[in-house]
Amino acid sequence: MFMSSREQGYWWRLLVWVFALVPALVQADSIGHGLKPGLGEPLTEFKGTIISVDGSNLPEGSGSVAAGKVLYETRCAACHGMKGEQPGNQLAGGRGSLSGPRPLKTVGSYWPYATTLFDYIWRAMPYDEQKSLDPDQVYAVTGYVLRLNGIVGLPEVLNAKNLAGIKMPNRGGFVEMSE
Amino acid sequence: MTNGLIHRRDLLKAGSIGLIAGSATPVMAREPWMTGPGQPMSGSGESSRYVSLAREQVGAHAFGPGAGSSSSPLQHLNGTITPSRLHFERHHSGIPDIDPDKHRLTVHGAVRQPLRFSYADLLRYPQETHLYFLECSGNSYRNTLAEPQNQTAGELNGLVSGSEWTGIPLHYLLDEAGVTADAEWIVAEGADAAGLTRSVPLSRALDNVLVALYQNGEPLQPAQGFPVRLFVPGCEGNISVKWLQTIKVQAKPGYTRDETSKYTDLLQDGQAEMFTLQMEVKSVITSPSGRMRLPEHGVYDVSGIAWSGAGTIAKVEVSADGGKNWVTAALQSDARPLALTRFRIPWHWQGQSAVLLSRAFDDRGNIQPTREAALARYSSAVIYHYNGYQSWRVGKSGEVSNVYV
Repeated sequence: MFMSSREQGYWWRLLVWVFALVPALVQADSIGHGLKPGLGEPLTEFKGTIISVDGSNLPEGSGSVAAGKVLYETRCAACHGMKGEQPGNQLAGGRGSLSGPRPLKTVGSYWPYATTLFDYIWRAMPYDEQKSLDPDQVYAVTGYVLRLNGIVGLPEVLNAKNLAGIKMPNRGGFVEMSE
Repeated sequence: MTNGLIHRRDLLKAGSIGLIAGSATPVMAREPWMTGPGQPMSGSGESSRYVSLAREQVGAHAFGPGAGSSSSPLQHLNGTITPSRLHFERHHSGIPDIDPDKHRLTVHGAVRQPLRFSYADLLRYPQETHLYFLECSGNSYRNTLAEPQNQTAGELNGLVSGSEWTGIPLHYLLDEAGVTADAEWIVAEGADAAGLTRSVPLSRALDNVLVALYQNGEPLQPAQGFPVRLFVPGCEGNISVKWLQTIKVQAKPGYTRDETSKYTDLLQDGQAEMFTLQMEVKSVITSPSGRMRLPEHGVYDVSGIAWSGAGTIAKVEVSADGGKNWVTAALQSDARPLALTRFRIPWHWQGQSAVLLSRAFDDRGNIQPTREAALARYSSAVIYHYNGYQSWRVGKSGEVSNVYV
């Protein structure tokens, strides 16, 4: 077979390309070609909203249980009841009921971490205007909901330093299933 | 022995049941739709005006507007794909109206480089397509109530749906951010008003979890997480976080409200199981089913769906006598892992009273339990992860109703 030098150059270049691609194809994932475009925009700092149970990334601020009572009664009580007793949306009571015929799961009877209460109020409450409370207000309301549950040793003012240290009554009530 | 269920080996014998010899006169039918052009083409299709399909149990939770669920009308569907518009819903604060140009997905936490992706970025990544079921952990909870509810298959069990999901393997994005050695979990957060947040073990997240962008071939519907959702195959629906906006990689779970106070399963001794993510082996006969009426004596196609969060459906058995005798049904779709599988078995009904039920077996050795055994696992207050038998009583006049055996 006769080829001009120009044609030979073409075939050589093609051959080089094919061999250059082979390792990339071999290394690719078994499903999909695995050639990823790498489009993620690098961020220098991103804090996010997910509060760790050790409290290490709680926002600055503080709120008193007394301020929380005022906020709770104006922003929360309509759905949860003045003392957290509203059926369906109950926040308080139920201690000692979990092994009985009518278990009542509330912040006081069931929730294992006080930081989770802060996280949830901050992201998802009040239901008609989520994310409208600032951190001071969230500390305050968190404190009042804990007060309604008679949490022992509750500080009068909650902040990033003392929230994670609050011992919830049902902290030991869970079995974590492993995979 | 089988109360009318016809085993495959007896199909030939039974082949002529119901055949009536007739003397049809050949006449060219002239219905109106045969004698002139029909409707023109259209931009988007819809069901026949003679077909009425809608989600069931469309109601709001007492918690507030937008919180609640609706279920797929299982008794009107066949095959293994649920049309996207009929896929069950469970929202914790309604369906957000997200502008995809403003939506971002951020991967951060225990990674070498936090990254942010736009919707347009995500669409350029290589994607995979899989058939998977999705089941709400509260599916079939009405069958945990003391008295059987006289409802349809969809009302009782329709918080399960099957779809073809297309998305980016999550590990592509995690690899790009570079997960650090101490990482054991991811925590996924939605952009809805509830900001629903759930944790997934990293081992699972690196395995078969998708960042899903398409359902049944089209971009996700808003009710299913548009523009982007997490999809965790085989696991309780709510960890497939819709409207996904953040993935935080951590050494520990997030212990968020929904995985501590909400989707945990109380045991009878007062302890509760946390991170019961995988859904169980289960099946439901969708036809005949609750509130239907068999119009006449004859042969019926008893058909339903089976699925398992642990693997692939290996076998489904059907009983027509309340569970005394069982016959193996035919699996009439490809039995794929973590997907709905359709089963069928012919049944000759001659007016006898019957209780139809099914039980599923998966390839990991799991067997669907009786209602009694399923209820015994947890405290009586638990409404999650119920996978006991669904039994249907067929009365002498052909009426079908929910019953406990």
